[in-house]
Amino acid sequence: MAAERNIEQAGKMKQSLDSEGRGLQYEENLLWEKKRNDEPAVDLEPLRHIPLRTGQDERGNIGLPQVSEPQVVRHFVRLSTWNYSIDHGFFPLGSCTMKHNPRINEKLARLPGLAHIHPFQPEQTVQGALELMYNLQNYLAELTALPAVCLSPAAGAHGELAGMMTIRRAHEAKGNTQKKIVLIPDSAHGTNPATAVMCGYDVRTISTKETGRLTVAAFKEALTMTDPNGADIAGMMVTNPNTCGLFETEILDIADLLHEAGGYFYCDGANFNALVGKIRPGDFGVDVMHINLHKTFSTPHGGGGPGSGPICVTEELAPYQPVPVVVKIAGGYHLQTQDDQPESLGKMRGFHGQFGMHIRALSYMLSHGSDGLQEVAEGAVLNANYILSQLQDVYHVPYEGPCMHECMITDKLQKGESKEDDVTTLDIAKTLTEYGFHPMTVYFPLVLPGTMLIEPTETESKDSIDRFIGVMRHVADEVKAGNTDQFHEFPLSTPRRRLDEVKAARQPVLRWSEDMAQL
Amino acid sequence: MRYLPRDNKSRAEMLEAVGVKSVDELYKDVPQSAFIEGLADLPLHMGEMQVERQISGYANQNHSAIDGPFFLGAGCYFHHIPSTVDYIIQRSEFLTAYTPYQPEIAQGTLAAIFEYQTYIAQLTGQEVANASLYDGATAMVEAALMSMRLTKRNKIVLGNDIHPEYYDVLVSYSKNYDDVQIQQGGEPDDDTACVIIQSPDFFGQPHRYEQWRKYCDETGAKLVVVVTEILSLGLLQAPDMADIVCGEAQSIGLPMSFGGPHLGFFATSKENIRQMPGRLCGQTVDADGKRSFVLTLSTREQHIRREKATSNICTNQGLCALAFTVHMSLLGEDGFKHLARLNHEAACDFVDIINKVDGLSVVNDTFFNEVVIQLPVDAHDLVNGLAEKGIIAGYPLDGNRLLCAVTEMTTLKDVEEFVGALTEAIK
Repeated sequence: MAAERNIEQAGKMKQSLDSEGRGLQYEENLLWEKKRNDEPAVDLEPLRHIPLRTGQDERGNIGLPQVSEPQVVRHFVRLSTWNYSIDHGFFPLGSCTMKHNPRINEKLARLPGLAHIHPFQPEQTVQGALELMYNLQNYLAELTALPAVCLSPAAGAHGELAGMMTIRRAHEAKGNTQKKIVLIPDSAHGTNPATAVMCGYDVRTISTKETGRLTVAAFKEALTMTDPNGADIAGMMVTNPNTCGLFETEILDIADLLHEAGGYFYCDGANFNALVGKIRPGDFGVDVMHINLHKTFSTPHGGGGPGSGPICVTEELAPYQPVPVVVKIAGGYHLQTQDDQPESLGKMRGFHGQFGMHIRALSYMLSHGSDGLQEVAEGAVLNANYILSQLQDVYHVPYEGPCMHECMITDKLQKGESKEDDVTTLDIAKTLTEYGFHPMTVYFPLVLPGTMLIEPTETESKDSIDRFIGVMRHVADEVKAGNTDQFHEFPLSTPRRRLDEVKAARQPVLRWSEDMAQL
Repeated sequence: MRYLPRDNKSRAEMLEAVGVKSVDELYKDVPQSAFIEGLADLPLHMGEMQVERQISGYANQNHSAIDGPFFLGAGCYFHHIPSTVDYIIQRSEFLTAYTPYQPEIAQGTLAAIFEYQTYIAQLTGQEVANASLYDGATAMVEAALMSMRLTKRNKIVLGNDIHPEYYDVLVSYSKNYDDVQIQQGGEPDDDTACVIIQSPDFFGQPHRYEQWRKYCDETGAKLVVVVTEILSLGLLQAPDMADIVCGEAQSIGLPMSFGGPHLGFFATSKENIRQMPGRLCGQTVDADGKRSFVLTLSTREQHIRREKATSNICTNQGLCALAFTVHMSLLGEDGFKHLARLNHEAACDFVDIINKVDGLSVVNDTFFNEVVIQLPVDAHDLVNGLAEKGIIAGYPLDGNRLLCAVTEMTTLKDVEEFVGALTEAIK
């Protein structure tokens, strides 16, 4: 009997030896699957259990997990080792601007005088915070040549909405009720049409397939499709440089035509990194633009936010933009409310915006300074063009360069005759993960099949870019030699291999529950 | 510049490979008129020490919550954040990762989101939660918009006193549609898309939902519950009879940070998931059959559906959701409820002390950690006067009423100093 028990125990031990992984590759279960600790990982002051004055009974068992502090630390540190990040390596994600995130920005955002202040404190107790916001507003105005800035929007898409709502408000104030249509090129981010609709507008798409750019001819056709003077056009949403990585060469004429028709030019600021410190959007006809502080101004992406999407607008649109805006008055800085700015569209979110991100962005701006910011744009553009120059003989480049801060290629040359031979954009992306890179943006923009959008940013050295180019050329060479099978299997060395995404959508399991499959 | 690889030899090689003499040649498509000639406002570049000095200068001009007695709440609360939270969220692998679109190399973020969704679902008594929204105000707007999609109706009834800024944001968004009606107070009818109830309400009063549930069942309206102090869910009954529960989770893991970044949460029942806004993380398996997590049901979202998306939201509050998740895991079941009750007990003491002062009385008969004090003087004047003495007294309501929050950070000494200054001020 004793011997049997020993064998049984040894079997269990073997299983548990493997269950947390090997080497430095750890498996980790969910918090709810851990043995419950008798006490939580916080030591709080004791309760006195005085009678409740909530008007209701105390809540019963919630079912939350409970472990000790070292277990919590280990849990999240192990999870973190399953992530790729900009601090690991090259992250050429097109239209996302994954540049270096300086740590001083993190340190400064945590100063008690900035982290522990409340948005409703009397203004005289937060003058430093208001001055910081005021300076950031001014610097953004200077960099865009759009004089009025509202820092409130919480992310890029939220900035888009704020920008388009500003346009809508302006049209309402002018009595332009017939303006119901927004023109958007087909290369636009999905947020653009989604935003226009959230704003109550209809979307009219302009094709840019031919040349990768907007043309005056195509624009005119769209502008006058339902009214010869474009009287029903509220505005256009254009990303410039666009998502094919190209500057819109006819933008001045297009902006003029739009303005003649009484429409406003909203510019998506996702690609501002190609322009910062060098070119001002207000000088090529833009009326409203959002800026992604988490792209151009280095605030960390954090695995999906928080972002920050201030908007910059013309003098004409300034009265309609959201509140609050910081102004300088006698005796200090003041947050303008709807009472100060009655024409404003109102508030876009609670409080004043993603202030923590404002601190980080300002810290980044000051570090570069007026003399250093244009180097950002130039470095980003040179790096992208260098990649293009090194890939254009082995990958399909649909639109001729030079590109701006990102370049677009497709998988046209790698796709085989039959389905089995196909090495697609997806395979190339997964191969990059196998070789220690984050992939580029894939299947976007939607103008052509199998697009790959590569954005190196200015903080990448030639060495790291060359290594990326090496892998990309290796893939192209192997495919040419007919060695395609390997690419369908990759990645092999990552914490997980390709996932069954169909299963996730067909049988959605969106939270832990007791009957869920365990590791 | 310390963030840029400065290497003239490499630069020359790259220019040669591209086939240009200078970077300016690469900008040939840009109209000359748009080039910047000089930046007058922005100062010249600075070293790390100078940047630190300048931004510390801004910080030093502010009066922070650790500088004296602090009783401000109103949807943004001063709570303790364990050191572990900030340590974890500053790890490179979490801080500098992108949205997890490549799940093979983003399982860390995805597993944490899955845990976050589970926490929110459990706390709200709902079946599913999304991966976060910008803040409580926009979460409430998304709930109203989702109710309008689900019911194909356009009237929103505000059942009680919701946060004034949440109301402002709802009004701003509603102007985007020609026919949205916002009704303050009253009962829902057959045109009502949803009834919104905040609990505790803006004045700190907890609410029950039975009667509202009945109204909603009778009319087909959705019941939306908004929670601006998520810690209250450790003491108050779960709003499990709501159709949507949304709000602000800043209290767990995030500093007040002058109003942002905070954390909007959103939970509902499984039958509504196809109409939900925002990101969702789900479980699946990889090619080796191992349990894995992935962003899913993205056919609701803007990058797939474009103009037919449920919302335009893209980036959300990922790292804030992680901070919340880490803090919740430290608190555990017992710690979360203990902390909630500790806040309530501190508020009970505060109420007793205030009620003993001649001329002051607490309006609330019930509360969680926030109450309204009736003053004999104007609340705005009082708040400004006390600020000069280094006391942040609370949120001045119209007239003579002051909204005060008490948390585990409030000491008896803080309360005594506050009451002393208050007594002086109302003499």
